[in-house]
Amino acid sequence: MNLDVVDGIVLALLGAASALALLRLWIGPHAPDRIVAADTLSVIATGAIVILALLFDSALYLDVALLYGVLAFVGIVALARAIEGDAS
Amino acid sequence: MTRQIQHVTLTFVLAFVFWLLLVGSVTGQEVVAGLLVAAAVAALNADRPPVLAGLRLSPMAPVAFVLYLVTLLRALLRANLDVARRVLTPSLPIRPAMVRVKTSLRSDLGRLVLANSITLTPGTLSVDVDDDAVVVHWIDCAPGTDLEAATRAIAADFERHLRGFLT
Amino acid sequence: MSVIADLLLITGALFCFLGALGLLRMPDVYNRIQAGTKAVTLGILALLVGVGVEHPEWWPKLLIVGLFVLLTNPIGSSTLARAFHRAGVPIWQKQEDGS
Repeated sequence: MNLDVVDGIVLALLGAASALALLRLWIGPHAPDRIVAADTLSVIATGAIVILALLFDSALYLDVALLYGVLAFVGIVALARAIEGDAS
Repeated sequence: MTRQIQHVTLTFVLAFVFWLLLVGSVTGQEVVAGLLVAAAVAALNADRPPVLAGLRLSPMAPVAFVLYLVTLLRALLRANLDVARRVLTPSLPIRPAMVRVKTSLRSDLGRLVLANSITLTPGTLSVDVDDDAVVVHWIDCAPGTDLEAATRAIAADFERHLRGFLT
Repeated sequence: MSVIADLLLITGALFCFLGALGLLRMPDVYNRIQAGTKAVTLGILALLVGVGVEHPEWWPKLLIVGLFVLLTNPIGSSTLARAFHRAGVPIWQKQEDGS
């Protein structure tokens, strides 16, 4: 794996995006804000794993990205259901 | 009964195409394994409510589908430039409001796709689906807007193409 | 070829960043969902197409990941928004104190 300038820029932007989402996850202020932050963070992570596939030159990471996306989606829907259950 | 046969067949075809994309090659073993798995998936889901029943299978359906995809991608691009502009403007120019958008699509699948499209359109987010309307969070609702006309405009473009292949 | 891929990759990462920035800047949870979903969805799609340009032999799997993100990301966001709406989270109005 040898990184060029473009890879550096892409990784820096994705890292900054994750940091911002994490910051929102941390400061909240309420549970809904944190859940939305976690949702966005998981999607950004899916993109980052696809970039890893490119950097490590291995298609295996694409399966990892797909599975990560599926699990994140199921988790988000489960959380949403839990919130709705609380309300009614 | 014919509806159920159609549902099972559609599930089978979709599962098989998905399998082929997943393994990424068309060799003998994988086609046989894929056919078996797709058949099992279709059989196991035969008793479930037919989610895909809203599909309208007609010669013009693929054309409508492609037109819909083009509309969706254009809207997605505009939506992103719109969001980028709002996020980067220091004064944060937003005037949020909840509005109801009436829809003429009847099936669950039709409304799902419409709500999904509205979420990806500039400035709108589907929040809930009532009997015949989608509740939409609108990021920039100017005071004194003609709500009736404006909400029609949100959905009309998509509905026109969606009605070609969904009920 | 490589220039197109590089442009797509940087555009994708930039939109992911803008989405996260919107998540941080927007005043209430619905607006945060809006900024987060839209920008990040397009960002991921651009990243996927960029990777696809550099590795054409990966397109079937990239297509699956792309379709999946395009379908589930808005659904997930709408599901969350509906849950908050039904749980009574109010929408933010500019006239109020603005917090």
